[in-house]
Amino acid sequence: MFGMDWIDLGILLTKVMLVIAVNFLILMIMELAERRVSAFMQDRVGPNRVGPFGLLQPVADGIKFLFKEEITPSQVERTLYWLAPALVLVPALLTFSVIPFGMSFSAFGREITLQIADLQVGLLFIFALVSLAVYGTVLGGWAANSKYPLLGGLRASSQMISYELSIGMSIIGVLMLVGSLRLSEVVAYQTGSLFTILPRWNIFTQPLGFLIFLIASFAETNRLPFDLPETEPELVGGYHTEYSSMKFAMFFMGEYIALITTSALLTTLFLGGWDVPWVDEAALGSWGVLLSLAAFAVKTGFFLFLFLWVRWTLPRFRFDQLMHLGWKVLLPLAIVNILATGLFLYLAP
Amino acid sequence: MPLEIIPILALLLVVLGVVGAIYLLTYLLGPRRPGDVKLSPYESGKEPIGDARIRFPIRFYLIAMLFVLFDIELVFFYPWAVVYRKLLSAGSFILIEMVIFIALLLIGYVYAWKRGALQWD
Repeated sequence: MFGMDWIDLGILLTKVMLVIAVNFLILMIMELAERRVSAFMQDRVGPNRVGPFGLLQPVADGIKFLFKEEITPSQVERTLYWLAPALVLVPALLTFSVIPFGMSFSAFGREITLQIADLQVGLLFIFALVSLAVYGTVLGGWAANSKYPLLGGLRASSQMISYELSIGMSIIGVLMLVGSLRLSEVVAYQTGSLFTILPRWNIFTQPLGFLIFLIASFAETNRLPFDLPETEPELVGGYHTEYSSMKFAMFFMGEYIALITTSALLTTLFLGGWDVPWVDEAALGSWGVLLSLAAFAVKTGFFLFLFLWVRWTLPRFRFDQLMHLGWKVLLPLAIVNILATGLFLYLAP
Repeated sequence: MPLEIIPILALLLVVLGVVGAIYLLTYLLGPRRPGDVKLSPYESGKEPIGDARIRFPIRFYLIAMLFVLFDIELVFFYPWAVVYRKLLSAGSFILIEMVIFIALLLIGYVYAWKRGALQWD
């Protein structure tokens, strides 16, 4: 079937199941961590009753969401209202497919890559899916046919498309260095060292690009300080005000999974992916594979914590400030970054 | 059909299955006790005034149009960036070419800025 035998199919299905399971596991950890970290930062205790240290809290939340009444308000556009949460969650889960999360190894007589698909257009694929996520948010807000969700949806559309430009332009510098859209080649490019003291990660060769990408990804994932589409004090809940039960939870799951993917993408593009600097993983055999997985988890975990940390540290922007930052600061800076990278590569090949 | 798309289709199938299961479970497990007030749109506890098909500021349309323009220009950057290093060995043509392209893009950008299309207050 499609040039695959049963072993290939088994490997593929194992990888698919693993990626989804790990995504949902981290999602649950994040749901708890968000509340525990915020509690810690505000000198509170946070949820600690369900299970040891409150570890089973996300499970309890999930069960509670399942058993809640699904309210479909009478004024909504039914089809789109039902479709919107899935439109947020499905692209978010698919994005992880092209991110390499560990070193490839051989078993069962073939090469196993720790990546679901090594697409030649990997990065373009990611950006295509990230663009799709806008639809879920906007349609959710519009289909609810209520004023707060409408305003939230409008803001979400403007914010996400504005910052998509900056995010798309900020990685052009990386592409110029690497010369490929394939994410495994982006990782391969970043092995080795720079000026002998630094690992050759793109964060050191593309600091401006990294900064723009990081700031814009806060806006793309609707996180504080850019969570204008769902500001509680002014829009109640924004685009998901009229949602209840699991459909409401799916917006949050989509948001957290987008967060996990963004962290993984930041790791891959700018922190060398699964590479451990100055260590030749391939020479270590199966320990090397485990080491690469651990390195990827640590780096991604750092970004996940950063997202939490920033959320509970910075106040929210105003909408005009947000648009000002996106269009008048980040966009010109991204263009400067492209020109500077081009000039640098021309002068010092 | 290119072979590398198959794993993604497999992932898509599983993801759709998971999402479908979530929809189905919550549909089956949740109670249903509808009521007029419960099903009315939420407006902070007040009686809802009119529906939500209202006019909204033209700036949102402007931003959407500008996005389409800039996003199309952004698309041209990608192939250029991928082959940049390769073609740089053939001389500075590829750099000069892009400087001209960016200059043209900037003219449009400055025009939009000066006409107040990016102004929000």
